[in-house]
Amino acid sequence: MDIFQLQGYAYFGLVTLMVVILYSYIYHLYSSEKKGTKDFEKYGNMALNDEIDDAPVEKISKDEKK
Amino acid sequence: MENRPLEYDYTVAKMFMLTTVLLGAVGMLIGVILASEMAFPGVNTMLGSLGLNEFTNFSRLRPLHTDSVIFGFTLSGIFATWYYVGQRVLKVSMAESKLLMFLGKMHFWLYILVVAAAVVSLFMGITSSKEYAEFEWPIDIAVVVVWVTWGLGIFGLIGIRRERSLYISIWYYIATFLGIAMLYLFNNMEIPTILATSPAGETGIGAWYHSVSMYSGTNDALVQWWYGHNAVAFGFTVPIVAMIYYFLPKESGQAVYSYKLSLLSFWGLMFVYLWAGGHHLLFSTVPDWMQTMGSVFSVVLILPSWGSAINMLLTMKGEWQQVATSPLIKFMVLASTFYMFSTLEGPIQAIKSVNAIAHFTDWIVGHVHDGTLGWVGFMIMAALFHMAPRVFKRELYSKSLMGTQFWIQTLGVVLYFTSMWIAGITQGMMWRAHDEYGNLAYSFIDTVTALHPYYTIRAVGGLLYLIGFFMFAYNIYKTMTSGRRVEESELQSASPMAA
Repeated sequence: MDIFQLQGYAYFGLVTLMVVILYSYIYHLYSSEKKGTKDFEKYGNMALNDEIDDAPVEKISKDEKK
Repeated sequence: MENRPLEYDYTVAKMFMLTTVLLGAVGMLIGVILASEMAFPGVNTMLGSLGLNEFTNFSRLRPLHTDSVIFGFTLSGIFATWYYVGQRVLKVSMAESKLLMFLGKMHFWLYILVVAAAVVSLFMGITSSKEYAEFEWPIDIAVVVVWVTWGLGIFGLIGIRRERSLYISIWYYIATFLGIAMLYLFNNMEIPTILATSPAGETGIGAWYHSVSMYSGTNDALVQWWYGHNAVAFGFTVPIVAMIYYFLPKESGQAVYSYKLSLLSFWGLMFVYLWAGGHHLLFSTVPDWMQTMGSVFSVVLILPSWGSAINMLLTMKGEWQQVATSPLIKFMVLASTFYMFSTLEGPIQAIKSVNAIAHFTDWIVGHVHDGTLGWVGFMIMAALFHMAPRVFKRELYSKSLMGTQFWIQTLGVVLYFTSMWIAGITQGMMWRAHDEYGNLAYSFIDTVTALHPYYTIRAVGGLLYLIGFFMFAYNIYKTMTSGRRVEESELQSASPMAA
């Protein structure tokens, strides 16, 4: 197998891997929400409730103030 | 317990708002002059009687136009919105950190120095001759310092945040920072000519500020267009998406339609965009597989781009009456629409058979401008309109002026891109036309004559956009100086504006 053939297989492998990663990510986004382990949509409220005294959507735990 | 309640500090945001307006006006004015020069070549020598031809000709002014709208108007808009949005979605004030405030101000003043150096050197004709990377090495080093200062500010603010998760806009701002840093460094690898030795053994060649690229020939072209196209990605797309993800939901009072889609589009854009630059080098000496890869990735790029754009349009679901009632929403919805439009047009141009006609023609110029005028310009102006009442604590000066500006500029953009479509395709077809023996049917000057009307229409379109921009500047100025003072309670979502 010469270098060009090797490059070809490596390229195909890389593209396949990236497609798998992308689809796994989509699956993760939707399934974790369905299972109730994560709620991504609540993060949309970060733009709406953005006054400095609004309660954070997710507080940083080490922030003991308030 | 403090006596004074904590507030967001918009000092640095205001400074960059000022440069957004000023550099936008200058860059667009030069653009209109250039468009007039294309239509009426005599404009090139308009100051000839004063012996100033050198400073008004097309080739001297062109980099001043591109660099002032990219690195002046757009970058200032990105910085202004970062110093506004960053604090708000991280729920932390710049006033809480003296260091961050110092870095922010330093960022602004260093930026002003770089702008001054760039303007003076380009007017003097000092250039590295690389498109959108014309600055010579001393300015490049200063640019890196400005950029690192901004980066310290970004990560510093993130470091002291109250909100655990980073809102999607922050992801896009971080990507802008990292993307441009990488692109700018690699494309501007250059060697001062004074350090070079010629084959004849001469040393110390040229002025101290001149340099040559570290790459040559096809490699230089590849790096240049990897940079050039991704400057569009990380200057004109990623940070503008950051803006619309914050400003449209906030102004309309509707949370982003699908946060999951925003995450997916983000990663899609990051993976795909960097590979698309090869489409600038179709039919060149670049390896064929690389050209094909550029075309393919450009077409794939439709998906993440439309993911964001559709997400924005769906955010307006059930609230479309706001488009009719609020000129500010109009700007953002049209920006999003132009984003969809230009991210479809770009991939079409990147297909090899289409590119065979489109390459080097005015259609490309038209494509760039429907993206920049319709998407980038509209979104940055909308962002500043939204920010103005909040940073100045005053009502927007005039809603009707804003509405008039919207229609004048929309007409300007439409005249611009339609004339360039027709001009570009006419040009492409005329260049290719030949008789049965393969002799070219037209000479170059035939195309110039044929394009004259379209160049004139383009100049009129650009002028309309510029007029609209002055209306915007006036509206912001009047808001700042004489708008009615507003209470915090009026600033929840839709921006207060006087009739």
